Amino acid sequence: MDDVRDVIIIGSGPAGYTAAVYAARAQLRPLVFEGSVTAGGALMNTTEVENFPGFPDGILGPDLMDNLRKQAERFGAELVADDVTEVELSGQVKSVTDSAGTVHRARAVILAMGSAYRELGLDNEKRLSGHGVSWCATCDGFFFRDQDIAVVGGGDSAVEEATFLTRFARRVYLVHRRDALRASKIMQERAFGDPKLELVWNSEVLDVLGESSVEGLRLRDTRTGAERTLPVTGLFLAIGHDPRSELVRGQVDLDPAGYVTVLERSQRTSLPGVFACGDLVDHTYRQAVTAAGTGCAAALDAEHYLADIEQAARA
Amino acid sequence: MAAHTPAVTDTTFDEEVLRADRPVIVDFWAEWCGPCRQVAPILEEIAEQHAEKVRVVKLNVDENPQVAARYRITSIPTMNVFVGGEVAKTIIGAKPKALLLRDLADFL
Repeated sequence: MDDVRDVIIIGSGPAGYTAAVYAARAQLRPLVFEGSVTAGGALMNTTEVENFPGFPDGILGPDLMDNLRKQAERFGAELVADDVTEVELSGQVKSVTDSAGTVHRARAVILAMGSAYRELGLDNEKRLSGHGVSWCATCDGFFFRDQDIAVVGGGDSAVEEATFLTRFARRVYLVHRRDALRASKIMQERAFGDPKLELVWNSEVLDVLGESSVEGLRLRDTRTGAERTLPVTGLFLAIGHDPRSELVRGQVDLDPAGYVTVLERSQRTSLPGVFACGDLVDHTYRQAVTAAGTGCAAALDAEHYLADIEQAARA
Repeated sequence: MAAHTPAVTDTTFDEEVLRADRPVIVDFWAEWCGPCRQVAPILEEIAEQHAEKVRVVKLNVDENPQVAARYRITSIPTMNVFVGGEVAKTIIGAKPKALLLRDLADFL
């Protein structure tokens, strides 16, 4: 059983990397599958992170992830920029298959796959993706200099993206289904105070218009049902995220929205030796610092679990 | 670092890409784009492993707005495959290596 490791961590981001720091410091030599293009998680697509404690001047999302990654590596975490294609989590020894088909085995697995951005689910949204429809304001805002564009959503990330995009765009419409934003007070004040930003309340997107690139949005007023066209050349979507739990569906318990469920006051899933953390379990807070916190807790839970089975084996 | 994925510019694009004698994958990228940084090492690997079939080059959209505008790039990373001076394939967004290889299978 020499090739059986103590811990495999699936996913990176603040949850996965923090779990890696703690597991590595506990000398569990974690193997971390960071994901080949999702390494670093959602913060890789952000700019300034202003609310991570300990950074009074803010820090760039990718830099924060880079730091966490280095910290995990310093204590001996083994990081691989690869994707996991299959897991078998039920037995005492769990197996994790990478993209090349190699099977890795471990006594404990920490799940930190995070979440993926949500789509509107419109045919034309898919067709015009990359031709005016975008999910990454920091990547694509640059291409919409002096143009009129729309951001759809009402949470912190929608307001952050909209505010960021006013650097480039002539006018940014923030389209929201309700008559109030979910975003934090400070973000709301920023939005309301921005002369380039215009709020479009009580509106849902019926269709994305345009032949070869975005030319407008078809909107419906959620109270009156009235329809109208908003002429924009860009559409940025920030309507929330869904947990990336497909990999483990049918093995650990999920809630109806697809989040991995954990037992009260722990990061333990329904399977012994399997722990989960970060956006994969959190439909409430979804902050970098809470993800890091649950990543730490998952690693501590895994450490206790491993100590217990070792003790049981000796007795 | 980017030994197998040299840079092309607004000035060199026509010569190095459009008049190339084999398919060229052009990676449209920028410094400030997180997903571009993530896909770069994958493209570097593909360039090295398939050097006899294709060439992979990088075009910084920030420094080379003319080519980016000519091909109506509005999202990065975008990877265009040029064959005989024409766009034969467009891939938008960072993807895992296995998916990229599948998308590029016709040219490798």
